[in-house]
Amino acid sequence: MQKTYYDPSDLKKFGKISEWSEDLGEKFFEYYNKVFEEGALSAREKALIALAVSHVVKCPYCIDAYTKDGLQRGITKEEMMEAVHAGAAIESGATLVHAVQMMNKVNKLDL
Amino acid sequence: MATKSLKKRESELANVNRQLEILSNGIFQNGELPKFKDKIAQTNQFPLRPNTLEILQINLGYMCNQVCDHCHVDAGPDRKEIMTRDTMLQCLEVIKATNAHTLDLTGGAPEMNPDFRWFVHEASKAGIKDFIVRSNLTIIRANKKYHDLPEFFKKHNVHVVSSMPHWTRGKTDKQRGDGVFDKSIKALQELNAIGYGMPDSPLKLDLVYNPSGAFLPGDQVSMEKDFKKALMEDFGIHFHNLFAITNLPISRFLDYLIASENYEDYMYALVDAYNPDAVKNVMCTNTISVSWDGWLYDCDFNQMLDLKVESKVKHISEYNEELLQNRNIIISQHCYGCTAGAGSSCQGSVA
Repeated sequence: MQKTYYDPSDLKKFGKISEWSEDLGEKFFEYYNKVFEEGALSAREKALIALAVSHVVKCPYCIDAYTKDGLQRGITKEEMMEAVHAGAAIESGATLVHAVQMMNKVNKLDL
Repeated sequence: MATKSLKKRESELANVNRQLEILSNGIFQNGELPKFKDKIAQTNQFPLRPNTLEILQINLGYMCNQVCDHCHVDAGPDRKEIMTRDTMLQCLEVIKATNAHTLDLTGGAPEMNPDFRWFVHEASKAGIKDFIVRSNLTIIRANKKYHDLPEFFKKHNVHVVSSMPHWTRGKTDKQRGDGVFDKSIKALQELNAIGYGMPDSPLKLDLVYNPSGAFLPGDQVSMEKDFKKALMEDFGIHFHNLFAITNLPISRFLDYLIASENYEDYMYALVDAYNPDAVKNVMCTNTISVSWDGWLYDCDFNQMLDLKVESKVKHISEYNEELLQNRNIIISQHCYGCTAGAGSSCQGSVA
């Protein structure tokens, strides 16, 4: 058993999740691959969304994969960093908007 | 950014046997990854054999005005290997008789060979259908004596294929050296000004994209769209096609992969992306590569690994197309670079 929760080489084994549940695994990967095809959004735009979300959900495998994917698509580091900021802004905004709940509570309870 | 060739630095990797050892040892020896030979054998494609000969690729010498980090030739200003006029005369005899429809001149910077213009002039008389010069662009701006190269290319109806690693200055200069981007843009504008690369122009100008690091190129069609949009919006530049080429793990790129501890991951990426359909059209199946000193190879990469053709005919002086076409192509693990994803060749994707 490995001594750390994350091992970079596990990323290569992602496809193996189908081995223990073939039907669901295959359905997932079919859906996953379909999502990233060119559509109303370009594959490039989706790759940047994926990179931003990878950071928000703090998935090291996804960050690894979508940083490399971005480089392969010719996406610049400035574009990558702006995408991460977009994710971070929503994430911090989501925290801060809850401050309204705090304010409401304080306003209700305080004299 | 390197300033000297591996050869000049007396690097261990200047020795091709060392490179071949690295490519056969480690992960390929312990069975972690399959050898290329075994991989193509799975689809009955071993031994790899030539198809119809289409391209004669002649390397005019390893001298170059740039020292790019990824260069598989280990080219640079310190390389003195240059094709002589005698060898060029031997090549001209072959050009006149070959069935190949494309003549592809490469280097180093082929324009730095002192007999380059004489050779182009003589070769163009042979009336080959597609006459390519692989130009690094900056050579046109490197010295006054090269400033008229665009006009020279036009006069001989040369098809210009130029390297351009990215549409941004930062990524380009990191791979190819400071100032390369600005000089390349200026050279492209000059080529456009005399008709090269313009829509519907017969003066062909194509760009070559190599990834600037340990990753594979993206989809060629999407990359071409992005390059065209950015170069047009930012600089008003036109070009015809973009060739996305995978960096092969040899020479300076291999040196970079090892030094940056990316070698194993890169080989995994190449093997993971292996595409048997690309094997059918790899460039060694339709190309003969000639070195500056007249030796014959299956491709420019085998030339740099000094893997001469497995044929009775090994030198341009004894060239015999029929005999040459009846050979097995020499392969090693670097060949995975040409069969990854959509495949890679000097003409871009192959699958």
